Amino acid sequence: MSIGHTLLGLLESGPRHGYDLKRAFDEKFGHDRPLHYGQVYSTMSRLLKNGLVEVDGIEAGGGPERKRYAITEAGITDVERWLATPEKPEPYLQSTLYTKVVLALLTSRDAADVLDTQRSEHLRSMRILTDRKRKGDLADQLICDHALFHLEADLRWLELTAARLDKLREAVAR
Amino acid sequence: MTTTPPPGSLLVARDLRKVYGPTTALDGAGFSIHPGEVVAVMGPSGSGKSTLLHCLAGIVTPDSGSIMYDGRELTEMSDGERSALRRSEFGFVFQFGQLVPELTCVENVALPMRLNGTPRKEAERAALTWMERLEVDDVRGKRPGEVSGGQGQRVAVARALVTGPRLLFADEPTGALDSLNGERVMELLTDAARSSNAAVVLVTHEARVAAYSDREIVVRDGRSRDMERVV
Amino acid sequence: MSAAQWARDLGMGLRFAFAGGREGWTRALLTAVGVGLGVALLLLTTALPGALAERDRRGEARLNFTYGEQIERAGDTLVTADTDTEFGGRDIRGRLLEPEGDKAPVPPGLREFPARGDMVVSPALKELLGSGDGALLRERLPYDIVGTIGEQGLIGSQELAYYAGAEGLADRVGDGMVGRIDSFGDPNPTEEEMDPVLMLLILVVFVVLLMPVAVFIAAAVRFGGERRDRRLAALRLVGSDGGMTRRIAAGEALGGALLGLVFGTGFFLAGREFAASVEVFRISVFPSYLNPSPLLALLVAVAVPGAAVLVTLLTLRGVVIEPLGVVRTARPARRRLWWRLLFPLAGVIMLVPMLGQGRENGEFNGYLVTGGVICLLVGVTALLPWFVETVVARLGTGSVSWQLAVRRLQLSSGTAARMVNGIAVAVAGAIALQMLFAGVEDDYTKETGFDVTLAQMQVRVPDGTEIAAATTRLEKTEGVRKVYPLSEGYFADRPYTEEPQRNAQLTVGDCATLREVAKLPSCADGDVFAVRGGEYDTDTPSLSRPGQKLYAEVSSSGEELTEVAWTVPEALKEADSVEDPTGTKRGGFLLTPGAMPDDLAGAVSGQLYLAIDDSVPHAREHVRNTAAAIDPLSSPMTWSATERTERFDSIRTGLFVGAAAVLALIGASLLVSQLEQLRERRKLLSALVAFGTRRRTLSLSVLWQTAVPIGLGLLLASVVGITLGAVLLRMTSTPVGVDWASVLQMTGIGAGVVLVVTLLSMPPLLRMMRPDGLRTE
Repeated sequence: MSIGHTLLGLLESGPRHGYDLKRAFDEKFGHDRPLHYGQVYSTMSRLLKNGLVEVDGIEAGGGPERKRYAITEAGITDVERWLATPEKPEPYLQSTLYTKVVLALLTSRDAADVLDTQRSEHLRSMRILTDRKRKGDLADQLICDHALFHLEADLRWLELTAARLDKLREAVAR
Repeated sequence: MTTTPPPGSLLVARDLRKVYGPTTALDGAGFSIHPGEVVAVMGPSGSGKSTLLHCLAGIVTPDSGSIMYDGRELTEMSDGERSALRRSEFGFVFQFGQLVPELTCVENVALPMRLNGTPRKEAERAALTWMERLEVDDVRGKRPGEVSGGQGQRVAVARALVTGPRLLFADEPTGALDSLNGERVMELLTDAARSSNAAVVLVTHEARVAAYSDREIVVRDGRSRDMERVV
Repeated sequence: MSAAQWARDLGMGLRFAFAGGREGWTRALLTAVGVGLGVALLLLTTALPGALAERDRRGEARLNFTYGEQIERAGDTLVTADTDTEFGGRDIRGRLLEPEGDKAPVPPGLREFPARGDMVVSPALKELLGSGDGALLRERLPYDIVGTIGEQGLIGSQELAYYAGAEGLADRVGDGMVGRIDSFGDPNPTEEEMDPVLMLLILVVFVVLLMPVAVFIAAAVRFGGERRDRRLAALRLVGSDGGMTRRIAAGEALGGALLGLVFGTGFFLAGREFAASVEVFRISVFPSYLNPSPLLALLVAVAVPGAAVLVTLLTLRGVVIEPLGVVRTARPARRRLWWRLLFPLAGVIMLVPMLGQGRENGEFNGYLVTGGVICLLVGVTALLPWFVETVVARLGTGSVSWQLAVRRLQLSSGTAARMVNGIAVAVAGAIALQMLFAGVEDDYTKETGFDVTLAQMQVRVPDGTEIAAATTRLEKTEGVRKVYPLSEGYFADRPYTEEPQRNAQLTVGDCATLREVAKLPSCADGDVFAVRGGEYDTDTPSLSRPGQKLYAEVSSSGEELTEVAWTVPEALKEADSVEDPTGTKRGGFLLTPGAMPDDLAGAVSGQLYLAIDDSVPHAREHVRNTAAAIDPLSSPMTWSATERTERFDSIRTGLFVGAAAVLALIGASLLVSQLEQLRERRKLLSALVAFGTRRRTLSLSVLWQTAVPIGLGLLLASVVGITLGAVLLRMTSTPVGVDWASVLQMTGIGAGVVLVVTLLSMPPLLRMMRPDGLRTE
């Protein structure tokens, strides 16, 4: 799961303070693991260094200084590329996929595309496994089957999510 | 999809539309398949998968759009011509309800050949060869009601392949089977199709069945998406 | 098992019969219409005997019975004259009435006597006279219509009848057509005994018509059976046990049957009204005649629902309803032959004791006859499933359509056999009856002996009418080619008061006419001939000695009989008899008008024989009109070569109509079950079409599927029918001969039903073969 891409994506809707970013992230994605401030600031400085964000302004207030970050063109392109690249099928992928779907919805991109792309990638892996299974011995078959069932579970989740995209869009927009 | 299909396609469909009463089943779907290729058609139920298959196979005519099979336009053929095409060049496997319950299994397999005018003996000999390949020759004399679901589906596959079709249409062929039987049917089906260089259009919503394909297209809301050429 | 449990389960089934949305209703309606048609037919049958009896009763009540003691003119007497006529092939009952006092009996259906020149007519006659067709008849009945005859005075709604007022009839009492009565109705009614053979025929006709109706009702309660089985499986799934499901199924059938009773009553009432507007075999009835006998109606009301429940329970016997579906996988045991053969055997055994009893030996035992015929016909329904199974199992495979049909029949030959059972029974019965009819037909067809090549009509000229004038009038009538006027009477050797021993016929006519009855050597007015070679004539030679005195009886109405003497003249010529226009060779004396003394005029009555030119339209009606104008009592007769007993004719026609109706009914049920089967196979049909099966192949297989069992059914029906026919013929001591024409006719009708059913099931079949069936929704 890429926190950097997630934060970038959140910035697409407008410049934000670091604190706002953390709050938005926790609200949408950090259900059980809230983000540390440190994580936010170190990520932002990395993004700043790579030219994906820029400092929009600094607010001096009654506390620590507050930088307002804005996404650059390069940043947008980076998010775009990230969303279009399917994740390597692996266990416990859901959180990343979920983040991608929600971000796509938040940024008015086609979330179904994200899912289709991912399905295709999963199927590619499954084809390879299926092929290996057909040619291999029983041990190979059992091992491949295990992987196949996990991939299938991911795909089922994908299908279910795809079927619920409309509901999700409403929930995210709130 | 407006992408130009690669040359050498066996069947190419473009911009298919089909409306059943108030429901739009197909809304500009496209498709293409090469000889010997296995293409999975995926998508949620009600997305228009089966309608696409029925159009491609010439079972129903689309309201608009074109389907070129081997240089011939399917939508311009008469019902008789399309029936003849289905008899001689296409094969079909459905989810269930396709075997004639009164005929024995070997008679069921021989049926398409007999429809083409092959004498009974010869047709049944060929049928038996295919049943052996699909490992169901032991139920040849039984009726469909007396064999297991997996066996019945393999009989159906044998029947679909007995005429040596160039294109096999399979609509949820494992839909009524458990995973072990389903996979065995898929293995035998794809093996048999590849060995006779038949292309397969495989409609399924199961990923593990689709994994037997070479590539997949996704149908959603009557529109198709060819994943290979998008990625 | 408690009664409450039974009632609850049946009640649940009843609810299922009518719940279940549109489809449920359709099924219930189909069953109800089917059962209803059967019930209506049953009710009609139970009402028929009553209707015929009522007809007879009314017919008897209006009889002007004039044979018996002479009644003297009094205050309560009425003179009637029969003036029945015929118009366009329909009989018209006509009566002239002349009351002789205030208390004269008024005929049933009339309130008062019509005055002279007026008439009261039946509604049907009124309609006929008012129509364009009736113009010719209007000429014949030149009376003013002053009223209509009430229902009490008619024996059918379509009967043509009139009563006209007349005067001067009293002078002609004793004329045969005219009589004096003091009351209507038969003074001493006799039970007319029915000919045992006719009785046998009627019994068999009823059995033959009702058996298929029973089979049909049994089939009707099974409409929608396959769907029901699936519903029952669902009931098992939610926990009802086998017994409960059976009772629920029985309840469903009961629901259809009860609704069928209601429908049947409706159909019957509608049919009753309709019956009033038609005339079958010249018999029409009033709706009020058709009252089913209460006992029989009650029997129908109990038996039909009872049979519905029974049939359902029986058919579920071989079926195991499991929670997940209906199991029929276990192939049913091969049908056994022996007990099926018991039925026809029992039938033959019951009929054998009556072999050769014939008409002379009196009665047939009604119970044995009915029982035997029923057993033989039930034998058809029992044998047919075995027969179909056995034959179909041996059928080889031919074309694809044949293979599909044969395999299906092999798997479910019982269903196929059930479908054609009704037709087989009807055809078997009809063949047997047709044979019987053909066999005994001769007995009931009388040779009338009339030679219709010379003259086709005969008009009696009443006494006191100038025969020459009548001849002239008739000769001028349209369509009359020639008139042969002959006056006829009898000579005897002694006056009647002295009991004559010998007698000879006397015929008076001109030379031309006399040549029609004998070969005359020469002829001039004034000649007298003695005829040789007459049939039934032995006395002419001994009476024809010149100088012999002969006596003739002169009857002038109302007066004492007198005798006139006549002497055989010297110049007697001889003539040889030839067949006269009536087809007989007459003997006796022929007199030319010049040879007849005036006082003999009262001893002869005029008969005019007419040659008709049938190319003139309505020639016979014109003759009747002229005759009626000469005298209403002239009663013209039309001759035909043969004459069949009317009752016999109506039974035969009844059989035809009944058999056709029953076959049509069965055809309808065949169609319903055929469609149901097709609907069951909708998905399969679509799949078959998907992989390229020609529609022709599937249509042909549907045809084979019906044609094979029907063919077998008709074959069996022919065998049983011919057997039954032969037995029945032997019973009436008639030589056994197979009436192949009627066998072909009945089997042809049966085959026609198959063809029609197949044709009618084609459009739905084609519709079902559309790929929509592949859609899984």
